[in-house]
Amino acid sequence: MTAAPAATGTAIGMSGLTVRFTTRRSQTTALDDVSLDIEPGEFVTIVGPSGCGKSTLLKIVAGLVKPTSGAVSLLQRPVRGPQKEIGFVFQKAALLEWRGARANILLQAEMRGMDRAQAARRADELIEMTGLTGFEKALPHELSGGMQQRVALCRALLHSPPVLLMDEPFGALDALTREQMNAELHRIWRETGSTVVLVTHSIAEAVFLGTRVVVMSPRPGRIIRTFPVELPAHRDYAQVMSDPRFDRLATDLRGLLGSAAANH
Amino acid sequence: MTENSLDTSGRHAAADQASTERAGASANAPGSADSPAHVDSSVPSRVAAPPPGGAGRPPRPTLGRRAAAFADSLWRPGLVLAAVFAVWWFVAAREYVPNYLVPTPGQVWETMTGQWSELARHTVVTLYETVLGFLLAAAFGLATAVAIAYSRTLDKALYPIVLFAQVIPKIAIAPLLVVWFGLGLTPKVILAVLIAFFPVVISGVAGLRSTDPELLDLAATMGAGPWRTFRKIRFPNALPHLMAGLKVAVTLAVVGAVVGEFVGASEGLGYVLLLANGNLDAPLLFADLILMSAIGIVLFVLVEIAEALLIPWHASRRAGVSLTTS
Repeated sequence: MTAAPAATGTAIGMSGLTVRFTTRRSQTTALDDVSLDIEPGEFVTIVGPSGCGKSTLLKIVAGLVKPTSGAVSLLQRPVRGPQKEIGFVFQKAALLEWRGARANILLQAEMRGMDRAQAARRADELIEMTGLTGFEKALPHELSGGMQQRVALCRALLHSPPVLLMDEPFGALDALTREQMNAELHRIWRETGSTVVLVTHSIAEAVFLGTRVVVMSPRPGRIIRTFPVELPAHRDYAQVMSDPRFDRLATDLRGLLGSAAANH
Repeated sequence: MTENSLDTSGRHAAADQASTERAGASANAPGSADSPAHVDSSVPSRVAAPPPGGAGRPPRPTLGRRAAAFADSLWRPGLVLAAVFAVWWFVAAREYVPNYLVPTPGQVWETMTGQWSELARHTVVTLYETVLGFLLAAAFGLATAVAIAYSRTLDKALYPIVLFAQVIPKIAIAPLLVVWFGLGLTPKVILAVLIAFFPVVISGVAGLRSTDPELLDLAATMGAGPWRTFRKIRFPNALPHLMAGLKVAVTLAVVGAVVGEFVGASEGLGYVLLLANGNLDAPLLFADLILMSAIGIVLFVLVEIAEALLIPWHASRRAGVSLTTS
């Protein structure tokens, strides 16, 4: 599909994003002056301790949360209000429990008023691609956590969004399923060429998937550093895990995150 | 029941099995079509029936099985009822209590069959008032719930009024309604609506507010308007709560109709009850009570059936047969 936008200009531009929550007693700064430009086709992973505002950052890009100050642009257009050119995947699969897997994927099409036949074809492609064949009619409670998250991923990809935002999508999965999903997501990204921003707690996940890893500090969330990931574009899970470059980067990240937490 | 819960676990097994297979397929060389579908031998073979890849759902229970399940759900309450009946019959037949206070089941039966056409006419009147009241209460209740759930202003404006309307003893305003609207259908229906309205509103608001905020965020990124979001996400999501409220409402609607008849009527089961009471006609009184209860039970069961058809997917209904996937 025509997922990749023209290779000119940034896919996502964030400048000076600051978010403050005011409660009756105090004011909390969730994000503090975050600026980040993401090129089309990049896979940016954001790691940081819990509560550093990573999820808020994604929601700002999606137009679901308004920053206190700063500006975001998506595909070179300023973000004001919810964005349609994205696919969003949450930590929970957030499926409609009365719909089967395929119908859940097609929710995307119904809500957007997409062409039915075309959407159905695309849904079948995605079902095939993510190995959900045979479970088209299974209700969410009949699916394992990994399968549910696959359905959520298919739903986010149905309209071939140029930008995919993922908020700890595999955080609730067991380690084995998670590795498998990582490998699948990598393959899907290679096939679609979308721009992906993925928030995670897992250093291994961040390094394996990312073309760039962004490290954030504990609250108030700031970008401490960004690391380019010097691994081949096409990655095999087992190979990457035994690659010395992977080890080095993972160690660096662990050290950085550890000291960030210690300074807090 | 046990049959179906087994099915569910069976599907889980099938799902896990397929995902492990996939894991195997992506790790090893693909195309190992002969990779055996490892099925735990302790799982009944019927459950293991879906082919590798897990196509198809488990077979629907046969008519015989469903009948058996129905009978299974009936024998316990049936036994209790029979026991109550036996005690009644024993007490009445031995005249521990005089028959003009507690008639024998035989006397009640005779009254019921003897005056059947009269009783049927009055039953239809009460049933009509109840159903009309219930449907109106459901419609108004749902509309109010939507208004409250969607608008903060309306929430603040309407909720206190709804609550106030609920704490007024509605039975006490029945005479007023009769004064205003006469002895006909209207005051009974209004009373039924007033009584049945509250549970619908409360359950509707609870249901509409229980939507996962992430689903609403998702709907926003899908560019859907409020109507689509309501139709595809919020309303179906509210149905389990709403159905629970409707079940309460339908039984209350009977109370409303009967109380309305108490206060002033020329027909209906409430009217017959007062008449029987005045004449110390205990068999008629008992027959009348049985018919009133029957109305409540039948309507309740109808709402239950509607629930089973509307939300077969819900946890409270998973024992039922799945009817839809869309």
